[in-house]
Amino acid sequence: MPDLPGWRKIKYEEDLDPGFADEIASIPGGEHLFNCIQCGTCSGMCPLSPEMDYTPRRIIAMIRAGFRREVLSSYTCWLCASCYSCAVECPKNVKITDIMYAAKRLAIREGVAPSRFPISVLAREFFNQVHSKGRTNEGRLIMRLYMKSNPLKALKQASMGLKLWMQGRISIGSESIKRKEELHKLLGAIETERMVQKRDVVTHKEAR
Amino acid sequence: MSYLYFPGCSLKGTGRAYEDSMLAVFQALETPLEELEDWNCCGATAYMAISELKAFALSARNLALAEAKKGTADYINLIAPCAACYLVLNKANKYLRDYPDIRKKINPALDAAGLSYKGTVKVRHPLDILANDIGGERISRLVKKPLKGLKVACYYGCQIVRPYADFDNQHNPTSMNIIMKALGAETLDWPLKTRCCGGSLTGTVQETGMRLGYVILREAQRRGADVIATACPLCQFNLECYQKQMGSAYNDKIDMPVAYFSQLMGLAFGMDDKKLGINRLFVPIKSSQLAGGAYVRG
Repeated sequence: MPDLPGWRKIKYEEDLDPGFADEIASIPGGEHLFNCIQCGTCSGMCPLSPEMDYTPRRIIAMIRAGFRREVLSSYTCWLCASCYSCAVECPKNVKITDIMYAAKRLAIREGVAPSRFPISVLAREFFNQVHSKGRTNEGRLIMRLYMKSNPLKALKQASMGLKLWMQGRISIGSESIKRKEELHKLLGAIETERMVQKRDVVTHKEAR
Repeated sequence: MSYLYFPGCSLKGTGRAYEDSMLAVFQALETPLEELEDWNCCGATAYMAISELKAFALSARNLALAEAKKGTADYINLIAPCAACYLVLNKANKYLRDYPDIRKKINPALDAAGLSYKGTVKVRHPLDILANDIGGERISRLVKKPLKGLKVACYYGCQIVRPYADFDNQHNPTSMNIIMKALGAETLDWPLKTRCCGGSLTGTVQETGMRLGYVILREAQRRGADVIATACPLCQFNLECYQKQMGSAYNDKIDMPVAYFSQLMGLAFGMDDKKLGINRLFVPIKSSQLAGGAYVRG
C-alpha cells in the first residue's frame, strides 16, 4: 500500500505475511529472533538509528508481525553499517546485524530494494567485481558507484581522488587473482543460495 | 611460529601505508609475515548483502589456501590487519564450524574447485599478535625514539573487537593502548574507542557517514589528542580524508593526524618515514616532529 494521502493507513491482517518471521528466523544467525523482548537497547546503541525510517527495534517487531513489504523496502537495513554494537549489547543474543543482512538479500532478490539508493548500488557493483576478478579495486568501485547513482558527486570528489592517486593510494587498473577458474568453479557450485528457506518468491509477488 | 598474512583489497589500495608499516614493524620484531599466495577478496560486508553462501565460499577459499600451508603443525595463524577482512574471515571460520547446514553446502563447492578445509586456521588480528604473542616488553626493547609526550587516541573501530574477537574486551579494548604505552606514548581515555566511523557510508550517503566520523574527530580533538591511532584502512580513510569537508559542513576546524598504529610503532623504532608510508597521509605526522623527546605540533 503506497503511503499517499487518501490511501488507508491501517493494516488489515490479510496484508501481512505471517510466514515472514519464520523465514528470517531460519537463516544462520536468525535463530534468536523470537527471544527479542523489545527493550530497545539495539536502537539506543545504533549510531545510525536517528537516520533510519524504522529503528532496529521496530524492524524486529515488524518482522515478527509480518510486515514483509515495509521491512524489505525500508532504508533501515541499507543504512546498517555492520558495526555490530546492537548484536553485542543485545541481552537476548539476537544477532540483529545478521538479520539486517538477510533483509538486504531478500530485498534484492525480490526487487524491492530502493533502486537508485547508492548503498544497494555499491553492494551490487562490489559483488560483480569480486565475482569476475576475485578482488576489488577501490578506485574503480567508487567510480562505478558515482556513475550509477550520482555522476555529479564524482566531480565534487575529484580533488580528493587526485590527491589519493598522487599518493599511490588509488588506481583504476583492475586487480585480479591468478587462478580465476578455481574461484569460478567454487562460486558456480553454489549458484543459488538456499540458506533462506523461503516459499516461492513469485507467489508472494502475485499475492500482493 | 610462522604467520601467514592476508592483505585484503584495501591494503593494496587506500591502505598501502598500513601494509608498508605493518611488514616493516613485524620484520623488525623478527616475526616476518608471509603473504598468502593468490588470496581473494574476503567477501566483505557489501558481498554479504547479496549472497551469504557465496560470501562464506570466498572466505572458505582463503582459509583452505592457508590450511594447505600448515604442514605438520596443529593449526596455522592467518593475520588479517583490515578490520573487515578480520571480521569476515573470522565469521566464516566460526559459522563453518557451528552451522552444519553451511558446511554441507560449502564443502562440496570447495571440492569442485579442488580445495578442502578442515577448520585448522586461526584468524587473528595484528593487535592480538603484538599485545598477546609478542608483548609490550619485547616491543619496548626496540624503541629508539620514545614517543614521549605524544598523546595518542587509540581508536579500534567496530569490527575488530566486535562481535567474534575474543582477544580483547568488546566494550573497552586495551591491546592498542598496551602497544602505545610500550612506545612511551601517553594514551587518551575516551569513550569512542569502538564507535562506528561510518564505514562505506561516506561513499554512499556522505552526509550520514561524515557525521559519524566528525563525532569521533571532534571528541579526540576536545580531549587534546595529538594523533588518532587506527587499525583499519577504512577508519583511517574516513577519519583522515574528509576532514576538510567536515570542517565546512559543521563549521569547525578539524586538524588531526590519523595514523596506523603500526606507523607510530615504526616511528618509535626509528624507521624511515618513507618505509612507513608517512608520505601517503593527508595530515602528516613526521619523525622530525618527534625529535627531541617531545612531540611538536605543526
